[in-house]
Amino acid sequence: MYRIALKMLMGDRGKYLGIIMGLTFASLIMTQQPAIFVGLIMRSYSFITDLGLPDIWVMDPEVQWVDDIKPLQDTELYRVRGVAGVAWAMPLYKGLLKARLPNGMFQTCIVVGLDDATLVGGPPRMVEGRLADLRRADAVIIDIDGAREKLSQPPAVPGGKRVELKVGDTLELNDHRAVVVGFSKNTRTILSQPVLYTTYSRAKQFAPRERKMLSFILAKAASDESLAAVTRRIGATTGLAAYSREEFMGVTFRYFLKNTGIPINFGVSVMLGFIVGAAIAGQTFYSFTRENLRQFGVLKAMGTSNWMLLRMILLQATLVGMIGYGLGVGLTSLFGWAMRNTILAFKFPWYLLLFSGIGVTLICAFAALISIRRVIRLEPAVVFKS
Amino acid sequence: MAADQDLAVSCRGLLKTYGTGEAMVTALQGVDLDVRQGELMMLVGPSGCGKTTLISVMAGILDQSEGDCRVFGQDLMHLRNHAKLAFRARNIGFVFQAYNLLPTLTAAENVTVPLLINGVGRKEALKKAEQVLEQVGLGTRTRSLPSQLSGGQQQRVAIARAIIHEPRLIVCDEPTSALDHETGHKVMELLKGIAMGRDRTLVIVTHDARIFEFADRIAEMDDGRVTRVVTNSSQLH
Ligand SMILES: Nc1ncnc2c1ncn2[C@@H]1O[C@H](COP(=O)(O)OP(=O)(O)O)[C@@H](O)[C@H]1O
Ligand SMILES: [Mg+2]
Repeated sequence: MYRIALKMLMGDRGKYLGIIMGLTFASLIMTQQPAIFVGLIMRSYSFITDLGLPDIWVMDPEVQWVDDIKPLQDTELYRVRGVAGVAWAMPLYKGLLKARLPNGMFQTCIVVGLDDATLVGGPPRMVEGRLADLRRADAVIIDIDGAREKLSQPPAVPGGKRVELKVGDTLELNDHRAVVVGFSKNTRTILSQPVLYTTYSRAKQFAPRERKMLSFILAKAASDESLAAVTRRIGATTGLAAYSREEFMGVTFRYFLKNTGIPINFGVSVMLGFIVGAAIAGQTFYSFTRENLRQFGVLKAMGTSNWMLLRMILLQATLVGMIGYGLGVGLTSLFGWAMRNTILAFKFPWYLLLFSGIGVTLICAFAALISIRRVIRLEPAVVFKS
Repeated sequence: MAADQDLAVSCRGLLKTYGTGEAMVTALQGVDLDVRQGELMMLVGPSGCGKTTLISVMAGILDQSEGDCRVFGQDLMHLRNHAKLAFRARNIGFVFQAYNLLPTLTAAENVTVPLLINGVGRKEALKKAEQVLEQVGLGTRTRSLPSQLSGGQQQRVAIARAIIHEPRLIVCDEPTSALDHETGHKVMELLKGIAMGRDRTLVIVTHDARIFEFADRIAEMDDGRVTRVVTNSSQLH
């Protein structure tokens, strides 16, 4: 009987493909959109995750997320260093500065100033040069994506390739010379601005003079102390905000959720995908059942139980569900693969599989349910109606 | 009169109404009818007189409103649901005017359905189906889809499906109405020749006077009642 159920469904090519297309669409939208969303969210705090060494971030208590810079006085650094359980604490400058390219164009960059002695807070990975090269005069390290995109210059000849920044090139930041000594590989930030690393003292020269310059204090808890305890102690002693890396990611993430329309936007897309997919698939599945009511009636008259008919319809729904889900998820993966080297934010963690799996299951359950209701109510005597 | 145990179907005071209130239609108003085992009984009468309703009750796919209907001694209306399903699966074969084959199944697969419902394995059912299709003269069309068969061929597939599980009662509603005279005649010959047997009873609803000759007895209905039962069509009118 199960084979008959499958043949009934697959024999009706048009409806069969229609249902699968609806489900594929739904599962595609329900994975692809959230995947971009997750990608964006991860970029919102990529500056934090890219910084491996420190486990405590100290900042002004008013700071709402990682790009919300409220500088501290340099003396705060010594206060944090004085807190018991702090293994070390280093200054970090983070600010937006305009860089003047060799051809005279300007580009806003994220400038990161690292502690001169230890260079704590450097990029996650170097692709050319070494971090220690920052100790050379006027040295800066630039993230490779920035160097290839926003900091590249228009082609010398029309139709040629854009001229990428290379080691040895010079930029100007507020009339200060900066020499490119290397390139790093960073996780993109949300606005994909180029990231430019230099030392803390040089960053202070680059930046327009302000009373306070210290953006963050990066600290490490002593190995015999609990992270939570040290974090709490820094906060209590200095009156500053001290977060573990995960906490700061959370703060940034929540700011992002609350203050940008992005989650709502993606939520709406996902809902639409779900609704449109459910409408197409559910409606087509139901009309498939309705058109086959006579066949179901014949089976019923011949002695097939409602319970068996229910299982047959569930099997049909499961089949289209699995195919639609597989195609949708496959297309999403393909999309992610095709976009892997582009600026597009895309992350496809396992829980999105679960998410769209639940979505597709709901659609199929709904489609099966309305169909089953109809078939169970069906009087077998309809078979003699002409 | 035949003894009770020789009766395939026995109806007494059968009443059937559809709907309620103003919209109520009385389809059967006191049908008394016996169908003997092993006979081919035809139900004739004008359209709307209740023939289809009557065989639906006999086949156990419709409950009467009042009265008594026993099929091989069983009071189907008062059987529990699953017992009734099992009874139908075991004992009843159906032939319809519109064939009612499953369009996406091959002829052989269509014929296996009653066996599958009875729990027979697929392989065995297919083997049997091919044999029965052979019997109805469609041995070469077992893999054809209904849409690839003519009306007469489809009805032969339907007959094969109605007999494959060797039911004791086969009900047919206008089995020849959709067919031309010659094809209809062949279908009746098949029904009479293959479907009939000592343990097999046929009740055929028809208004096709050209096939009356195949009947053992003919029950004439009018306005929800059986008006008379004759053994020879020449006795009608
Ligand atoms: N499901 C139904 N609902 C309401 N009325 C019905 C239904 N089925 C049949 N009837 C009515 O019952 C009467 C007998 O119908 P039916 O048994 O189909 O007659 P026949 O088969 O002799 O043409 C007709 O008046 C018909 O309109
Ligand atoms: Mg009728």
